Amino acid sequence: MLEANNLKDIKNILEAALLTSHQPLSLDDLLRLFPERMERTSLRMMLDELKQDWAERTLELVEVASGYRFQARLEYAVFLARLNPEKQGKYSRALLETLAIIAYRQPVTRGDIEDIRGVAINQNLIRQLQERDWIDIVGQRDVPGRPSLYATTQHFLDDLNLRSLDELPEMQNFLPLENPTLDL
Amino acid sequence: MIETPLNAKIKGEAFTELPLDLYIPPDALEVYLESFEGPLDLLLYLIRKHNLDILDIPMAELTRQYMQYVDKMHAIKLELAGDYLLMSAMMIEIKSRMLLPKPAEIESEEDPRAELVRRLMEYEIIKLAAQQLDEMPKVGDDISVASAYYQHISQIKPPDVNLDDLAAAWRNVLKRASHFEHHKVGKAELSVREHMSIILRRLKTEKLVEFSNLFDVVQDGIPKLVVCFLAILELAREGLLRITQQAAFSPIYVQSNS
Repeated sequence: MLEANNLKDIKNILEAALLTSHQPLSLDDLLRLFPERMERTSLRMMLDELKQDWAERTLELVEVASGYRFQARLEYAVFLARLNPEKQGKYSRALLETLAIIAYRQPVTRGDIEDIRGVAINQNLIRQLQERDWIDIVGQRDVPGRPSLYATTQHFLDDLNLRSLDELPEMQNFLPLENPTLDL
Repeated sequence: MIETPLNAKIKGEAFTELPLDLYIPPDALEVYLESFEGPLDLLLYLIRKHNLDILDIPMAELTRQYMQYVDKMHAIKLELAGDYLLMSAMMIEIKSRMLLPKPAEIESEEDPRAELVRRLMEYEIIKLAAQQLDEMPKVGDDISVASAYYQHISQIKPPDVNLDDLAAAWRNVLKRASHFEHHKVGKAELSVREHMSIILRRLKTEKLVEFSNLFDVVQDGIPKLVVCFLAILELAREGLLRITQQAAFSPIYVQSNS
């Protein structure tokens, strides 16, 4: 019989829940596993221990925006990919640049995106990002036409293995040339 | 893309700067043209290619180069030409403003190139950020999320409702309706199907509705209530909704099965 006050049992219960869940489990989700009161700090400690327990294994326990999940370590990606030969195609530069603008400059309107990229944007591209559940509309800017404001979703962070937007790679600045000497 | 650093040797001497009058064969050009993401992208390419200083752009030279590409795009009828033409107009404007002598009192006026430079730098930052996003491992390609097989069961299974409870609830509805009876003139065509859709649509937004709330006993006449009840039965028969009750005489709930 498992007991929810035995530390080892608690860790095992967490492990079973995390391994069988189809989506990341938040601290609140995990607290629901235990009928007795459980402190969030002790739960977090237990999760840390669990992470340590798995340190030498093929799966790792990671925390992303919507909670904790087990995932295969990155070094196995090349092998696992062979099981699914029809991989996702590469995203176009237009789509990636649009995503980058939304991720780093959110919330932005379509007009903002077009200003930065200097070209009109294809509505399909926005739809593609919405279908992937990476972006959504968070409001309307209070200007004539009330254009929609786009922002990235929690799912976007989950898919990129991030806990929050702060963890996005730092933007690199434009690198001036070493020998800039040319004039009119 | 085409931004490989120049690393050539000619007659044993390192050759780090591109000759400014480098000729680009028109055929080779066509290959590049479609790979540009827009006028800013093309300008950045030209600036890189000719080793121009972004903070001190030689407008005459850059505009000349840029127009050559745009003409070429025009010739092969690239649809994007509109955005590119807008940019060339802007560049020519900057160039002419730079040629105008500045009256002494507005000497401190901002460099006409400033806005263009700001946009070029902002675009370059985004371009690099997009590359970084592309390289990050993502769920679906490099990240495989673990999910051990487990037949998920919910903790509490709602009890089934029996026919008697449903009939009793229905009698209640009728009884209450009788308190609000009106004398109605005219014939209403009521479709069970239509009410099925109305109920389904309502369940889509409200998820869980108490059985008696599906009937508006004040507003609707008995024929409409009957049609509504038939619609619920029909939906239940077709398995489109679920009717539950926790205990005898407790409220009956209706929810969508989808």
